[in-house]
Amino acid sequence: MKPGDAIQFSTRALSGYPTRTLLMILAMAIGVASVILLTALGEGARRFVTSEFTSLGTYLLIVLPGRSETTGGPPPLLGQTPRDLTLEDALSLTRSSAIRRMAPITVGSAPVSWKHRDREVSILGSTADLFEIRHLSMAQGRFIPTGDPTRGLAVCVMGYKLKTELFGNQSPLGEWVRIGDRRFRVIGVLAKKGQSLGLDMGDVVVVPVASAQALFNTSALFRILVQANGRDAISKAKKAILSTIRQRHEGEDDVTVITQDALLSTFDRILVAMTLSVAGIAAISLSVAGILIMNVMLIAVSQRTSEIGLLKALGARDAHILGLFLAESAILSLIGAGFGLILAFLGNWGLARAFPRFPITAPIWAMGAAVLVALLTGLIFGVLPARRAARLDPVQALSRR
Amino acid sequence: MIQLAGIERIFQVGDETVHALSNVNFTVHQGEYVAIMGPSGSGKSTLLNIVGLLDRPDKGIYSLEDLNTTELTDDQQASVRCHKIGFVFQFFHLVPRLTSAENVELPMILAGIDPGKRKTRVQAALSSLGIRERAKHRPDQLSGGQRQRVAIARATIMQPDIILADEPTGNLDRTSGIEVIQILEDLNNKGMTLIMVTHDPELGKRASRRVRLVDGKISTDTGNS
Repeated sequence: MKPGDAIQFSTRALSGYPTRTLLMILAMAIGVASVILLTALGEGARRFVTSEFTSLGTYLLIVLPGRSETTGGPPPLLGQTPRDLTLEDALSLTRSSAIRRMAPITVGSAPVSWKHRDREVSILGSTADLFEIRHLSMAQGRFIPTGDPTRGLAVCVMGYKLKTELFGNQSPLGEWVRIGDRRFRVIGVLAKKGQSLGLDMGDVVVVPVASAQALFNTSALFRILVQANGRDAISKAKKAILSTIRQRHEGEDDVTVITQDALLSTFDRILVAMTLSVAGIAAISLSVAGILIMNVMLIAVSQRTSEIGLLKALGARDAHILGLFLAESAILSLIGAGFGLILAFLGNWGLARAFPRFPITAPIWAMGAAVLVALLTGLIFGVLPARRAARLDPVQALSRR
Repeated sequence: MIQLAGIERIFQVGDETVHALSNVNFTVHQGEYVAIMGPSGSGKSTLLNIVGLLDRPDKGIYSLEDLNTTELTDDQQASVRCHKIGFVFQFFHLVPRLTSAENVELPMILAGIDPGKRKTRVQAALSSLGIRERAKHRPDQLSGGQRQRVAIARATIMQPDIILADEPTGNLDRTSGIEVIQILEDLNNKGMTLIMVTHDPELGKRASRRVRLVDGKISTDTGNS
């Protein structure tokens, strides 16, 4: 018996019983589609987090005051360190060739008022380089000018939301606002960008770092954002930062440097594990489909007993019968998997329409794996019915009508 | 060519052991026309199944063309069935979802013959039995006589030496029954050995040799040489 003939014969047998064939294909399709869709969701979550981190800035390192080591003591919170990070520390970092840009950050909270309107918002003291490092963009005007960061100019840039609340539809450019007990001239408005890892950039005022330090009467920095020269330069930049700060802090390692990559890869591992476990749960639905195939194939064997007897009388070997029924299960699973792919594609498309911000894409490996697993379940669960068919006694099989 | 020696077949029905065949000795030569007759339950079908290698005897030796078939494996027996034996059944046993042509093609598919050759042989077989225009019909669109002709075409498509027919007219009206018998007799005239199980004495009379079974034993045999 030729393989092509066997496939044709099995296909004819399947199309001979359309209802049961369609039901089995449906079960298989749902199984395959759920594996692919759930994997796509997991993968989407991974990409979402990754893109959130990249929007923070590329090749980013964050320098925090205080050490995060596991050698006892409380975790490093603000004010836990004997020595503050200062603006001079920050400026000294720019000497390293591995570091492209650096933005010191001071954070505080102060009332901002214009005419009679008054809002309490976060004040971000920084330099012109923050614009590039955080990938900000302007709606109006310009960002804090470059120049000597130690000079506190009385200018500010406000977030879009704050601008709307204070000024409505008027242009704030050139207006003077009061922040705390000082007056600043508005020189720009940030574009609507939404959230960026917790800090709502719509609801802040950015001022030159020296002005912020004067405003809050402190010389300490909240943190320093450093942009390395490239992916390869990240570790070099980290070393440079640590050694520079150590020199300046009398030989003590009292800062923590977080690289974006380290953060990312941690999240990456967690999310990959999550994706795999979700896909595993979905695979259970595939095996349910497999059991369904087994049941229906067993019924098919008893329905077609006399046909099996006839085939044996016509000279079919046990292996032929086994092959025919296995081919049936395999064809069912493959067609089911095909429809599952289409279903998954449609679901993917629907989800992408419903949540445009969430990047849902089914990875190719998930599609391949789902189809392969579907075929395997079909074959494994097809073995039992096929063996039962092959072992039928031809005389008894033929005597039944 | 068919030689049965001391064949016994025992079935276990509940606590009882039923001797479907006991000590059957029986020889058929190439080209003979044998009718196996007897009351129901006398072991006619069991004998036919053993000759057709669908069933194995519990005792005795069955040689087919000097080949001891009781020593063959299941697969070897399947191959003998495929090439040397053609079955015609009372209930036709056509595959309902396949057309006449596809039903006739089945044995050649199992034997692994090329699709191109298959089509011409099917056409030839169907025309010689006068059902060529029914090639694309499914069994439920055919009359009983036509179905049995399709079944005969299928039984003879591999050009076997032996045709085994189990009540081939049992499910047919008289006219189509006679037609079917004539077809089988034509095949016998061309040299195929025909062994037919029937309980109809009129059909039995047409055969050149009649074997009568009673309670699993041969009671009369008109032509045992």
